[in-house]
Amino acid sequence: MLSSSIKSSEIRFGECNKQLLEEVIFYGIGLGADFIELFIENSDNSSVLAEEDYITSVSPSFGKGAGIRIFKDKRDGFVSTNDLSKHGLMRSISQAIQMLDISEKTNNSIFNGLYKLRDYSKSKIDWLTEVPTINEVSEKLLLSTKALKKDKKVAVRKGSYTRNWQEVIIASSDGTYATDIRLHQTVGLNIIANDAQYRSSGSRRFGSHGIPNEFKSWDHEKAANEVYESSMNMLYADYVQAGQMPVVLANKFGGVIFHEACGHLLETTQIERGTTPFSDKLNEKIAHESVTAIDEGLSEGSFGSLSIDDEGMEPEKSVLIKNGVLKKFISDRAGELRTGHKRTGSGRRQNYSFAAASRMRNTFIAKGDYTKDELITSISDGLYCKSMGGGSVGATGQFNFSVEEGYLIKDGKLTKPVKGATLIGDAKDVMLKISMCGDDLELAPGFCGSISGSVNVTVGQPHIKVDAITVGGR
Amino acid sequence: MNATKITTQISNAANLLNIKKWDYGASFSSDFSVQVDKGEAKQLKASQKQVITLRVWNKLNLVGITTTSDLSETGIRKALNQANIAANFGNKNEITDFSPLAKDPIQVKETDKKSPLGIKKLLKILREAELKLLDSHEAIKSIPYNGLSESFYERIYANSDGALRNYSKSQAALYLYARAEEEDKKPRSSGSVKVAYGVDDIDIESCIKEASRKTIAHLNYSSIKTGKYLICLAPEAFLTMMNAFSSMFNARSIIDGVSLSNKNSIGEILSIPALNIYDDGLNERNISSAPFDGEGTPTKKISLINKGKLENFLHSESTAKVFKTKPTGHAGLGSKVSVSPDWLVVERSTECSELNKSLDHSKYEGEYVYIEELNAIHAGVRASQGSFSLPFEGWLYKNGRKCSIESATVAGDIKYLLSNIINIEKEEEVTTSGISPHIWINELSITGDE
Repeated sequence: MLSSSIKSSEIRFGECNKQLLEEVIFYGIGLGADFIELFIENSDNSSVLAEEDYITSVSPSFGKGAGIRIFKDKRDGFVSTNDLSKHGLMRSISQAIQMLDISEKTNNSIFNGLYKLRDYSKSKIDWLTEVPTINEVSEKLLLSTKALKKDKKVAVRKGSYTRNWQEVIIASSDGTYATDIRLHQTVGLNIIANDAQYRSSGSRRFGSHGIPNEFKSWDHEKAANEVYESSMNMLYADYVQAGQMPVVLANKFGGVIFHEACGHLLETTQIERGTTPFSDKLNEKIAHESVTAIDEGLSEGSFGSLSIDDEGMEPEKSVLIKNGVLKKFISDRAGELRTGHKRTGSGRRQNYSFAAASRMRNTFIAKGDYTKDELITSISDGLYCKSMGGGSVGATGQFNFSVEEGYLIKDGKLTKPVKGATLIGDAKDVMLKISMCGDDLELAPGFCGSISGSVNVTVGQPHIKVDAITVGGR
Repeated sequence: MNATKITTQISNAANLLNIKKWDYGASFSSDFSVQVDKGEAKQLKASQKQVITLRVWNKLNLVGITTTSDLSETGIRKALNQANIAANFGNKNEITDFSPLAKDPIQVKETDKKSPLGIKKLLKILREAELKLLDSHEAIKSIPYNGLSESFYERIYANSDGALRNYSKSQAALYLYARAEEEDKKPRSSGSVKVAYGVDDIDIESCIKEASRKTIAHLNYSSIKTGKYLICLAPEAFLTMMNAFSSMFNARSIIDGVSLSNKNSIGEILSIPALNIYDDGLNERNISSAPFDGEGTPTKKISLINKGKLENFLHSESTAKVFKTKPTGHAGLGSKVSVSPDWLVVERSTECSELNKSLDHSKYEGEYVYIEELNAIHAGVRASQGSFSLPFEGWLYKNGRKCSIESATVAGDIKYLLSNIINIEKEEEVTTSGISPHIWINELSITGDE
């Protein structure tokens, strides 16, 4: 992909920019910065929406820009710009220097030039031409919405596809010089069913990273059947009765609870803010001994996988909790600088307009020894959460999640469907109450919104049992 | 960026590509923000952004859309070309056109724009605010979420039919979220947000006092027994609820089948007759007011609920055509033209004789739950079904005493809520999302830990 060194006054994607980048970094170091990082991005995205039996929107979008971060001691200044000329980048550096009030031209580090380029994009240059065409996407989306048209109760049918292609160049004053191409594709199905005064909805989203042809092999019929069945099961459901009860959380997207309630509290940004109860609990028990939790960016094709993070580091597999004991935090460059926890290849951002922060990638609870049936039969009166909606965690560790598809458990058996359930709790407490983990670990793609924008992640777990949790309802 | 210059640039590129009909919305902004941590600068941020959304109509009058931040000659040509390709897949069942009001006069408040203070001044102000908040009570140990920002932006709309309008504004925001800790108790957190046209206009003292008062007020907390309670919704909470269910007023949502309303719902009784709700984007107290929407339609005040009855829907150009009416100035240019309210104003109507006016949150001594803030709206609201189950910050008032409620949710149905309003207090409060008085609801379900 790289041609021979070309002198240019502007960043050119797919070409060698080493000299220009070095000049810009030298300029900033000369002005007194301790550390400089440039994140330069070129994006080419596309989305298609099918409603009922028509394509109602095809929407491409493009973007180019740079995020420039400067550290002085433990402070940092971040500037983003669409101006990718040498002059524009230097102007941004000057602005960051000014923001940090750096007046002395002495610094704590020296810049010896960039290392040889680590080019992770080599095998990926054809991805953009290998992804399905708009015609192919449209045809399949229409087949999927047609597959949802199973009876008159189905009132709304939607299928959506999004493709995000991103080319990045990362260069920093510690010599890091890398380039990569990322490709994320998602496809989602939504349904609303109604019958007289009864209404229900259902949705599923599927996603992959780095597999241009993935969409072509997507089993739209199976997906449509799942969404249809879910909404039909919930159509006449009663509201759940509120109270404390044991729950079984399904695998795949059930892992959103661990992601929100515990995963975020293991990011070093939370230590920096003083908003995690786990900051001084390294090597201490923070969860039931049946819980082992992992965050990694390596699983092939998974939505949260990376060749390099947005700070140019290759991702590692981080065992966060082993048999209930806290083993590691998720850390980025600023996290390492400010909290001392080593970087884990988790510096991530939505795009060039955000500074990278410590963020989760593929995060899941490891599988245990129990079958799903063993978890259900262990409960005499509780709730089975088959499908989770969204949720959030507050500044004090309290979380809440909506249950999209739930069933009562009576005497060890699944009984009637219930709607309107919300799970409420405290991260510190609930982690100690996960007493059984199933043997059916599966991952599900999702988007995580936080300090550095929305990033692609996977959540996951096997079926798990929580001994007691507050279920909000009516 | 000059509006005429960028319009000429797009027009020239369109001519080269033989594209006869197009429009665009553009946004150019400069933003500056600071965060602090116990007196130290944490993250200082500046950004310059430019983004345009282009629509192109092909020979069959089908529309395609593209967004780009690359405003070079090649970037614009690429965007126009891609929009033209996308137009081949345009929605044949809903023909979109220029807004018929895109050349109507607009009201632009030029006085809104302030000058930048600069990062150093922002930092100084925020450091002082953080220190004052930390000093306001011994239990307040940190301000984990804080920020002071100023933004300067210009918005443009133009089309190939000669419409060209733009406005520029400034806006500043301060947020302070404190965390309080006491021995043998769970940490408690609350905060305050203030917005203004410029940093100098922000009432910093009141932001500090409000953040402190709210945080301290949550120190004495207790779980609440699950059950049904008399509810008082603070203005911010009621506005949050109404915005979450604004699909009831949204013509786009009605066409898409995701609204509780339908095409024949105008005139339907939605609430008690004492309730009026308007959308009033141009209200002088709305800091974020915009004189026109994404399609260039002038913003205007519109009555949504009048004396309890649904009076109007919000429209874009294409939904207005379906409903055989005029666009209302609520369109957003996106992959699909969206419709959303600007700034809701809630008030007591003249038909208020049935209200129980003895319910006044500053005087009432009976038992009730006061809901100050609703959280996790994205997860707990099912707008198409009308149901909600939401965590909240609030207090239980009982026997003349108040106690902060630990970890609870409020659940119900929006139509039930609106038809079970038993008082709309007289005094209205201006919030960041609109204006509303306190609203009392006869009974809603609360789930607590007890």
